[in-house]
Amino acid sequence: MRKLVRPAQYLALIAYILFLGFPLLWLISASVKSSAELNSLTVSLLPSEWHWENFQIALERQGLLRSAANSAIVALASTALVVLISLPGAYAFDRFKGLVSKLGTGWILVSQVFPVILVILPLFLILRTTGLTDSLVGLTLVHTTYTLPFALWMLQGYVKAIPVDLEEAGAMDGAGRVRVLREIVFPLLMPGVVATAMFSFVSSWNEFFFALVLLQSPDNYTLPITLKMFVGGEGKVALGPLAAGSVLAAIPSIVFFSIMQKKLTRGLLAGAVKG
Amino acid sequence: MTTATTATPRDAGPRQGRRPRTIAQSRRVEAAALVLPSLLPVLVLSVAPLVVGIALAFTDARLVRNPQYQFVGAENFQRLLDNGFFWTSFQIGMIWAVSVTLLQLAAGMGLALLLNADLKMQSLTRVLALIPWAMPPVVVAIMWRMIYSPNAGPLNAVLQAFGLPSDINWLANFSTALPAVIVVGVWVGMPQTTITLLAGLQQIPQELIEAASIDGAGAGRRFLSVTLPSLRPIITSITSLNFIWNFNSFSLVYVLTEGGPGGRTMLPMLFTYLEAFKNRNIGYAAAMGVVLVVVVVALLTLYLWTQSRSDKES
Repeated sequence: MRKLVRPAQYLALIAYILFLGFPLLWLISASVKSSAELNSLTVSLLPSEWHWENFQIALERQGLLRSAANSAIVALASTALVVLISLPGAYAFDRFKGLVSKLGTGWILVSQVFPVILVILPLFLILRTTGLTDSLVGLTLVHTTYTLPFALWMLQGYVKAIPVDLEEAGAMDGAGRVRVLREIVFPLLMPGVVATAMFSFVSSWNEFFFALVLLQSPDNYTLPITLKMFVGGEGKVALGPLAAGSVLAAIPSIVFFSIMQKKLTRGLLAGAVKG
Repeated sequence: MTTATTATPRDAGPRQGRRPRTIAQSRRVEAAALVLPSLLPVLVLSVAPLVVGIALAFTDARLVRNPQYQFVGAENFQRLLDNGFFWTSFQIGMIWAVSVTLLQLAAGMGLALLLNADLKMQSLTRVLALIPWAMPPVVVAIMWRMIYSPNAGPLNAVLQAFGLPSDINWLANFSTALPAVIVVGVWVGMPQTTITLLAGLQQIPQELIEAASIDGAGAGRRFLSVTLPSLRPIITSITSLNFIWNFNSFSLVYVLTEGGPGGRTMLPMLFTYLEAFKNRNIGYAAAMGVVLVVVVVALLTLYLWTQSRSDKES
């Protein structure tokens, strides 16, 4: 009986690995297959010929380059805004315990469970009166707003880890609040800022719903929207390049999660234990 | 202790030519200045839309160039009561959210237990377990459309190799579409559940488990009488969160099936989206949104209430 437990565990683990990993492997394999092979009835994971030009086709002919640039602009701009705004905000939330920080924390929780469908209707109207629908500026503002709560929560954890004594020492030396923040707190927060920035970038880069509702002209489409437009129109676009485009779209987030793997696990660990 | 010391130097410092402020006042001004940049976008683009959204539900607003809204009272809600399509979609949403949440919990628990056991290939599995979380929902949907592809997909190829029926059009078949979509939902949501449960498992004191095994409890019994009760609070919170996230989910199913075939995967969020942006009835759509939120909050309150009651009993 005892002897059977280990093999059974490994069998289960392999089943999980297959379930979790195979789809991605298949996508990568499809991204280098020819159309003929993708539509043929013989199905194999390893491509018979490697067609790297799928990537080139995806970027050049299908307009993915333009969309990727749009995605990058929106993601970089909203990341910069999120960091600039949440840095002082997270500090205040942790160091000043008052009504505002209580309400703020409450809102962070509410916003996590919020149905965006109820928000998008008036948001669309508000942005339309200011001419910001179908504009990357409008989308940047929306992404900033909806990444902010989680970014604040994330950064606040890092603020908490900085001993107040350090700030007091600085203050003893005659530094005002602004100098204490600039010269003591913010440098120590750098790892937290990097993590928050990467998180904001990836959330904006991956975001689909707001972009779908707000952007109307193909020139403004972000990467997820352009990819979606190819789905269903299988006649118009070959599967190989579509897979290639999807692989490219997934790269930033996979890089981020590989770097952050340990941290995320630990951060969640802390959150789970407290919650 | 923080409050007094950090504020003192500022107060004692050379600040001539300015009206002296109390410590409390100057702290409040500082806090406000630091928080304001976060508050502003949230108020304008998140809190205000929510309030307006609820108000819209009581109007006949339509998405047209020069809109003229009229207050119509509860008419939208009355119409909703008779809207069979909406309630069918609501039912599909419940089936989707409940089954994805339960399967996520079961699959996540299994994987967390394996990751907590002393096995090889741990780091590979950990990285793999995070990948679904990292990928853009659109890419996940495109990827699974390829897996489910009726003629050149690997799933049907595997079935064929085992001599099973292999001409199933998973996402277009009335009876397989919803289950197929649910599997993708579980795939996407597993990472968070697994990691949260794993964190909980690592918190359980080893002595508790050892004590149980000295008492002669087998693996199954140890799991039921030690592990599961210790994980109760974590299970409650992760299932609540998962349920809300799943119920609110949109992008994945929108790209996988757009609600088809024949509305078999028409989640309520998709239904509401189409009502608002295809039929352009935003007042009516807002009413749907309100109903969805109210029902979900009610269900969740009920669930958490029964959980806390049985916690007290045990």
